[in-house]
Amino acid sequence: MRPGTILHLGIKELRGLMRDPALIGFIIYAFTIAVYTEAKAVPETLNNAPIAIVDEDNSPLSRRIGDSFLAPYFKRPVMITAKDMDDRMDAGVDTFALDIPPNFQSDLIAGGAPVIQLNVDATRMTQAFSGSGYVQSIVTAEVSDFARTSTAGDTPDVDLALRSRFNPELNQMWFASVMNVINNVTMLSIILTGTALIREREHGTIEHLLVMPVSPAEIMLAKVWSMGLVVFCATLFSLVIMVQGLLQVPIEGSLVLFMAGAVLHLLATTAMGIALATVAGSMPQFGLLLMLVLLPLQILSGATTPRESMPEVIQTIMFAAPNTHFILMAQGILYRGGGFSVVWPQFLWLGVIAAVFFGFSLGGFRRSLR
Amino acid sequence: MADAAETTHVARLKSLVHSYGKRIALDDVSLDIPEGRMVGLIGPDGVGKSTLLSLVAGARSIQKGEVQVLGGDMRGSGHRSRVCPAIAYMPQGLGRNLYPTLSVFENADFFGSLFGQRSDERQARIRSLLKRTGLAGFEDRPAGKLSGGMKQKLGLCCALLHDPNLLILDEPTTGVDPLSRRQFWNLIDDIRAERPQLSVMVATAYMEEAARFDWLAAMDAGKILATGSPDEILAKTGASTLDDAFIALMPAEKRAAHHAVRLPPPVFDDSDFAIEADGLTMRFGDFTAVDNVSFRIRRGEIFGFLGSNGCGKTTTMKMLTGLLPASGGTARLFGRQVDPRDMDVRRRVGYMSQAFSLYTELTVRQNLDLHARLFRLPPDAIPARIEEMGRRFRLLDVMDWLPDALPLGVRQRLSLAVALVHSPEVLILDEPTSGVDPVARDQLWEMLVELSRKDRVTIFISTHFMNESERCDRISLMHAGRVLVSDTPAAIRDGRRAATLEEAFIGYLEGAIREPAPSPGQQDEPAMPTVPASRRHRRNFDPRRLWSYSRREALELRRDPIRATLALIGSVILMFVVGYGINMDVQNLSFAVLDRDDTVTSRDYVADIAGSRYFIEQPPLRNYDDLDNRMRDGSLKLAIEIPPGFAERVARGSDVEIGAWIDGAMPQRAETIRGYVQGMHAGWIARHAREIYGDAAAGSFSIETRFRYNPGIESLVAMVPAVIPLLLLLIPAMLAALSVVREKELGSIVNFYVTPVTRLEFLLGKQAPYLALGIANAVLLWLFAVFVFQVPFTGSLSAFALAAVLYVAFSTAFGLLVSSFLSSQIAAIFGTTLMTIIPAVQFSGMIDPVSSLQGFGALIGEIYPTTYFNIISRGTFSKGLSLEDLGSAFLPLVAAAPLLIAAAAVFLKKQAG
Repeated sequence: MRPGTILHLGIKELRGLMRDPALIGFIIYAFTIAVYTEAKAVPETLNNAPIAIVDEDNSPLSRRIGDSFLAPYFKRPVMITAKDMDDRMDAGVDTFALDIPPNFQSDLIAGGAPVIQLNVDATRMTQAFSGSGYVQSIVTAEVSDFARTSTAGDTPDVDLALRSRFNPELNQMWFASVMNVINNVTMLSIILTGTALIREREHGTIEHLLVMPVSPAEIMLAKVWSMGLVVFCATLFSLVIMVQGLLQVPIEGSLVLFMAGAVLHLLATTAMGIALATVAGSMPQFGLLLMLVLLPLQILSGATTPRESMPEVIQTIMFAAPNTHFILMAQGILYRGGGFSVVWPQFLWLGVIAAVFFGFSLGGFRRSLR
Repeated sequence: MADAAETTHVARLKSLVHSYGKRIALDDVSLDIPEGRMVGLIGPDGVGKSTLLSLVAGARSIQKGEVQVLGGDMRGSGHRSRVCPAIAYMPQGLGRNLYPTLSVFENADFFGSLFGQRSDERQARIRSLLKRTGLAGFEDRPAGKLSGGMKQKLGLCCALLHDPNLLILDEPTTGVDPLSRRQFWNLIDDIRAERPQLSVMVATAYMEEAARFDWLAAMDAGKILATGSPDEILAKTGASTLDDAFIALMPAEKRAAHHAVRLPPPVFDDSDFAIEADGLTMRFGDFTAVDNVSFRIRRGEIFGFLGSNGCGKTTTMKMLTGLLPASGGTARLFGRQVDPRDMDVRRRVGYMSQAFSLYTELTVRQNLDLHARLFRLPPDAIPARIEEMGRRFRLLDVMDWLPDALPLGVRQRLSLAVALVHSPEVLILDEPTSGVDPVARDQLWEMLVELSRKDRVTIFISTHFMNESERCDRISLMHAGRVLVSDTPAAIRDGRRAATLEEAFIGYLEGAIREPAPSPGQQDEPAMPTVPASRRHRRNFDPRRLWSYSRREALELRRDPIRATLALIGSVILMFVVGYGINMDVQNLSFAVLDRDDTVTSRDYVADIAGSRYFIEQPPLRNYDDLDNRMRDGSLKLAIEIPPGFAERVARGSDVEIGAWIDGAMPQRAETIRGYVQGMHAGWIARHAREIYGDAAAGSFSIETRFRYNPGIESLVAMVPAVIPLLLLLIPAMLAALSVVREKELGSIVNFYVTPVTRLEFLLGKQAPYLALGIANAVLLWLFAVFVFQVPFTGSLSAFALAAVLYVAFSTAFGLLVSSFLSSQIAAIFGTTLMTIIPAVQFSGMIDPVSSLQGFGALIGEIYPTTYFNIISRGTFSKGLSLEDLGSAFLPLVAAAPLLIAAAAVFLKKQAG
C-alpha cells in the first residue's frame, strides 16, 4: 500500500470526471437546482389540503364551521351535495369531506348529540392522518365555542399549548432540503465509484493496471477517496450555499461534526458502489442493481417517512444501511443541535458499517479480478 | 486499366476541411475518386484517411467543403438516404460495428434486414457469403469470440450483403494474420471480377497490399501528396518498393528521422534467461487455448511470436504477465515463478496489450505521467522522462490531446511509450505495430533494437508483419495453442525451402491445418447468388427495418438473462419492501410526562395518551433539564407538562393550560403527533364534559371519522398501487436509456449512421423489446400484488392494463429521450436516476398529493405522467373505478410516449460530429 499510488490513481479519476461535461452538469444540478426545487415544492405538511363540505344543515353553526378552515392548511372548502361527495373522492379531488347532518345546530342545542361524519381518503396517507386530527380539533373548537355561548353549560376550558421544538413552525422545507442533500450524497457516491470501476473493465484499462505495481486495495482506495471528495465538496457547497444561504434554513449544530459523519457515510456508500460493480457484469446490469439498492435506501431510511412507523423487520434490516444512521445523525446535529456526546452512537454505527462494507467489497473486488 | 480521362468518378471532394477542436484532420482536400477501381489511401497515421472515408460514407457530418458521392451532395440528407443502400462502410477497428453477443449468422441477418431484404433472400445470400469467406462452420459462434481475421471477414460479409456500388474499408486488415489477409483480398478480387461496377476505397498501412490496388492517393498532414497507379507513384519517386516510395513522399523533416533498421549480431549469455515457459497450458472450460508451450528467452533477445489470430499468443503473454493464472506448467521471469502479487517483478516488466487500454479520459501527457508515477519513478525525473518518450515516439505534437481524438497508429505509439516509460528489463508487446505506418514502425524497431542491444532489454513481441519477424533473433510460430516451430528466421525459411518467411509461414500453417484454407478463388461453389440483391425503393418508414432493430435488441437481451431477471425479480422484491415499509400511520412514538399535579385527573389525562396505539410511555420527566436533554438526543418525540393544580382548576371550571412539546426535527412526524394530541385532547374534554353533565347535555356531539378505500389503514394496500408506477418507470427507463448510449460508447452506433434506418425506426425498434419487458413486468407486479400480497383489486382490469401499457411506453420513451443527447453510460445512469426517482417519489402524488405541492415541483407533478398513472392505479386498485371514471387521467398518458419519442428523434443525430 503506497499513498503516492493511491493519490495519483485518484487524480486520474478526477481528471476523467472533468472530461464528462454532461455528468458534471448533472452533479451541479442535483446539488443546487434539484435541492432548491424539491425543498420549495414540499408542502408544509398539511398544506392546501383539499376539503369539501356537505352542509345539510345550513345553519349559522354549520356555516361557521365552513369558515373555520383556513389557508395555508386547507384549500377554501368547496360546498357540495351529498351526491357529489363520492364522485369527488373517487376522482381524488378531495382528501377530506365533512358531512354536517340536517338539523345539526338545533340537535346540538337540544342535547341530541348529533354526529358529524368525516370522510378521509386513506390512500393519501400523509394528509389522512395528520389532517383528520386537525379537522377534528377545528370542528370541536368551533362547536364547543358555539355551545358555550348559546347554552348555559359550563364546560371546563382546558387549553392545550402545543409547541414544536427545533422547528417551531414545523417548516417542512427545513427537513426536506437536508434530506435531499443526503439522498444525493448516497446516490452520487454509489454511482460514481461503481461506474468508474465498470468503465475500467469495459474499456480494458483495469487489465492494464494489474500488470503495474498496483494492488487491488490501492485501486479501490483511489476511487473511494477521489469520488468521495467530489461528493464531499458538493455536499458542503450545497449545505452552506443552498440550504443555509438561499433557502435560509437555520442549522443548529456543528457543520464540522456533520461533515465528519458525512466522511464515514461516504466511505460506506462508495464501498457499496464498488461492491455493486463487482457483482454487475456490465453497465446495464449495474444500472438495474443501482435501482434495486437505491430505492429502498432512499425511501426506507427515515428521510421520506418516519422510521417508527415502519414494520419491525424493515427497521431491523435498514439498521444495516448507512443512510439510516446518517439521517439520524443529521437530525441530531443539524436540527437538535446535538454535539458528539449525543450522536456518538451513530458515529460508531457508521464506522462499523463502513468498515464491514469496505472489507466486503475489497474481497469481492479481489475475487472479480481473478 | 482505363485511362484517367475516360473514367467517371464515384466520389468527388472539393476543398474539404475538417477539424476536431483545434486539430485539423483534413486541410483543403480536393480529390476525384475514379469509379469501378480499387482505390487505396496510404499515408502515416493521423493524416486524415479515416476522416475522409467516414465523410464519403456519410457517417460524419461535413464541416466545410463539398463531398459528392454517387452523383449527389452528401450534405443533403435526402441524397444520403437515397444512396446509403449503395454504400457499404467498414469502420476501423476489429469488428467495431459488430454485436459481440450475437452469433455470426445473427449479425449478418441484422445487416441484411436493415437493407430491407426478405427473409428467404437474406438467408440465401448470407449462406453463400459465409461459405465464400470461410465462416460457414461458425454460424452460431458469437461475434465477440471470433478471432480478429474472422471478425473482419464477417464485417466484409455484412458489408457485401446488399450489393453495394461503393465499398469503403478503413484499415480492414490491421491486426489480421497473413493467411487471413490473403484470403480477405482474394475475396474482394473475386467480387470485383463479378461486379465490375463495384468501387472500393481502402485505407491501409500495409504497403504490400497497396501495391495490388489500381489507384492510390498518398496523404500527409491532411493533404493529398500524390495520386496515381502504384507504378506511376513508383516512377514519380524513383523508388523500387512502395514502402520506399512512401518514405520518399514524406516531407523532408519527417524523412530525415527515418533510417533503415539494422540488427547488430547478438551477444547472449546462454545461461541467463529472462523469460522461461515450461509446459505452459491454459484451458477455458473444455477449450485448450494454449497447449503445453515451452520456450526460454535469453536476456537481451528479441523473440518474435507469430501465428494466426486466436492461436493463443495473447493468452500466453497474459500468463507471462500474471494476468491469467496458468492451468498447467510454469512461467518464470528472471528465474522467479510468476506471481501476480509480486510487485517487484511487475516493475521490471513492460506490457502492451493488443486492444488499446489506456485512459481515454486522460491526455497523452497525463497518461504518461500517471504511469510514470505508478511505476514509482522519482518525481523530479518524470517531466524529463515524459519529454524523452514524447520525442522518441513522435508524440510531442499531441501531448495535450485525448487518445480518442488520435488515429489508431498514434494510439499504438502512445501505448508503447507507456509500456516503456519505466525502462523495464522485459518488454512483452502484443502486436504493438498493428495499424502503425511504415515510417513509425521502422522507428519503433530502431528503438527496440537499441533497447535490446544496448540496454539488454529482453523483448517478447507478437506481430503480423513478416518484415518485422525477420528482425527478431528467434521466432516461434504458433497455431491452435501449439508451437509449430521455433528457430531463427533464416533457419525457418530454409527449413521450409521457401523464398520468403511469409511463404514459409503459410506453408507451416497449411501443413498444420492439413487441408488448404478455403481460398475463394479455388472454390467450386458458384460464386455470388445469381439474383442480385433486391433494391427496394426508398421508404420513409419501413417496419421491416424497425423490426430488425427490435429483434437484434431482443436477442442481446436474451443473451444477457441476468438483466431481464434482475428487472423482473428485482421489481417484485422492491414492490414488497417499499410497499411494506412505507407507512404514514405513525406509531410507537415515545413520550414522557412532567406531571406537576399528580392527581387522578391528571393521570386520567395521561392515560388517554399512553393507552392509544400511537404512543409508548417512557419514564416520567423529572424537570425541565431532563425534558431538554431527552428531547435533544431524540429519545422523546413528545413531552407533556401538566401544571400544578390541574385537577382543581378543571373541577372549578377555570382556565388551565397543558403544555406539549413536539420534536420538530421531522416536521411531517411532528404534524401527525400534533394531530393525535389535539384529537385526544378534544376527546378527553368531551368525555370529561359528558362525565359531568351526562350524555344528553346540550353542546355534546361527536365526529365519526371514516377512512375510505383502505379502512384497515394497511400499508401494503395503500402503498402497493403507488409503488407499481414508480417501479414501472425506473427500470424500463434505465434499460432503454443504456441501450442507446451503450452503442454510442462501444461504437456500433455507426451502423445507424450509414444504413437506411431512420431515426424513428431506430428509436421505436429499440423501444419495442423494452416495452415488452416492461409489460411483462407490469403483469408480474399485478399478479404478485393481487395474489401474493393480497391487495384487493376493486376496479376495472382493462383500465389498469391499458394504462400500464401506455405508461411503460412512456417510461421507455423517456429513457430513449435521455439517451438521445448523452454519450457516456455513466452520465446516462446518473441522469436517468436523477430524472426519474425524484419526480416519481416526490412530485407524483406517491406521498404528498400533487394538489398540495407548490412552486416548480407542482408544475412537474402536473405534467409528469407518473401522477396520472398513480391516479389510475389507486383508482382501479382501491376505489373500484372504471375506464369511464378515469377518462381524464388517460389523456396525458396517451400523449406522453409519442411526444417524447418525437423529441428524442429531434435530438438524436444521424451522423457523427
